[in-house]
Amino acid sequence: MSNPMEFLLWTKGPMFNWAIAIFALGMLARLVEIFWLGRKTNYAEARASEWGPGFRTMITRSFADPGTFKRSGFDVLVGWIWHLGFILVLFLFIPHIELIKSVFGVAWPGLPNPVIDAISAVTLVGLVAALVHRLMHPVKQHLSTFEDYLTWGVTFLVVITGYLAYHRLVNPYPLVLGLHILSVEIFLIVLPFTKLTHMFTAFIARWYNGAIFGRKGVQS
Amino acid sequence: MATQKTLGESLREHGVTRRGFLKFCAATASMMALPPTMTSAIAAALEKARRPSVIWLSFQECTGCTESLTRSHSPTVENLILDVISLDYHHTLQAASGDAAEEARLAAMKENWGSYLVVVDGSLPGPGSNMGYSTIAGHSNLDILKETVEGAAAVVAVGTCAAFGGLPRAFPNPTGAVAVQDIITNKPIINVSGCPPIPTVITGVLAQYLTFGTLPEMDDYKRPLAFFGQSIHDRCYRRPFYDKGLFAETFDDEGAKAGWCLYRLGCKGPSTYNACATMRWNAGTSWPVESGHPCLGCSEPDFWDAGGFYQALSVPTANATHTLAVAGIAGAVVGGVAAAVAKKQQQHAVADREPVTIEQLEQRL
Repeated sequence: MSNPMEFLLWTKGPMFNWAIAIFALGMLARLVEIFWLGRKTNYAEARASEWGPGFRTMITRSFADPGTFKRSGFDVLVGWIWHLGFILVLFLFIPHIELIKSVFGVAWPGLPNPVIDAISAVTLVGLVAALVHRLMHPVKQHLSTFEDYLTWGVTFLVVITGYLAYHRLVNPYPLVLGLHILSVEIFLIVLPFTKLTHMFTAFIARWYNGAIFGRKGVQS
Repeated sequence: MATQKTLGESLREHGVTRRGFLKFCAATASMMALPPTMTSAIAAALEKARRPSVIWLSFQECTGCTESLTRSHSPTVENLILDVISLDYHHTLQAASGDAAEEARLAAMKENWGSYLVVVDGSLPGPGSNMGYSTIAGHSNLDILKETVEGAAAVVAVGTCAAFGGLPRAFPNPTGAVAVQDIITNKPIINVSGCPPIPTVITGVLAQYLTFGTLPEMDDYKRPLAFFGQSIHDRCYRRPFYDKGLFAETFDDEGAKAGWCLYRLGCKGPSTYNACATMRWNAGTSWPVESGHPCLGCSEPDFWDAGGFYQALSVPTANATHTLAVAGIAGAVVGGVAAAVAKKQQQHAVADREPVTIEQLEQRL
């Protein structure tokens, strides 16, 4: 890797392969284990269906109840802003769609680049605000572990390098594009082994919650 | 042999008008990002310049670089300059052949020791590889390069093969091809990459050398910044479409007809540094992107191994789908085994359960 182009090709080739392999292996291992273990058999007669409430809860739990919003307005609002921004940029930026198309064979329309740019900027501000709040808030500070800062760091790296690459703020371009791809690869490698798995497991947990309550005929 | 006439005299002999000459000088100043006031200084310097002897070595190449230069658009001031200065030794253009040709090279070197320029196009089999892959007059490319460069003032590596190894160095690099800069480390080197390079860029570099007697300011790849300082993407006239998110998705869709951005069709413009977008080809007629084809990135190292020409820059070169499937299956097996082991442990725990009564506990205590 004696020059930026070789670095870029390394991140697009062998390193991408390693990252995606570790991600797929780690994530599938965790998910299959979770699903196979399932939950303890409930012998009580079901009062209602599990499926409807299960799926409904997967969505409804995305919105904080009024009490939570009142107590932790900042967390809910900032959390929502940067999570949504991250997802929109990930799935609606044209170069990302091209990547997804090349791997999975599916594509969809993207957003114009200036819109993505604005969303990225808001996401970055949201991420910084989340970190500052974590550092300033005594309870959060006390509860935070190394893993919290690690997951924030790898997430922030992905967005900031993407922003720098889009605006071509680092020269030469192959270097900054390579750095962006490398930071995504670090994100993918770290994902199955940290709380970043919540991007999959959060929805599974919500389904179980909703299903358990639904079976009992209780609103969730 | 190097002519003793000045460039001005020679150009006048070839029928180049003063107006045409000044136009070239102004274009050169502009290309080199110099202020317009430098035009007269360039003109004065070029007028008086005694063109140095140039020895042109062709190794593992396709002659495309020479073709680009000589057949670009003629007659021009550019190739008149080149005609005169490049004739001491050039496989394709020289009249002499056999021993006489090699004698001409040696004589030019002796006569202009320390001041001649060596232009190289093509890569060469590097040390440790089979020298038989490319020889001239029974000598290996490596020996000829080392011998010729010894008395040179500077080396200009023309084309991506000479600058970075080019197509001969493409995986699996059967000839062990290397670039000039991999071999020559004790002389100033200017890389004028491109497959082929824009003729005006080559003559621009030579004009700078003739004008100022110095090498141009260069980037990390030793390419003159005046021509390679900005990317194709940054100077592309289709850039507004990229910014708006308007892309051609096939070569004959409405987007392609409307001239939208070619990113999704594999354009490597964002990662390619060259002057095509501003200087264009064929006397400024057009350039690849203007003619509707994505940039291949030919002035960058490794462009030949950088994935499909028609795949977007963001697409990995690795076969990610295959990796994902294999690793996913392996992960599912690992997860399945882990779950099975856990279930087995649960079953054992139930089977091995030894209920203890209060009486038994009290006895034990």
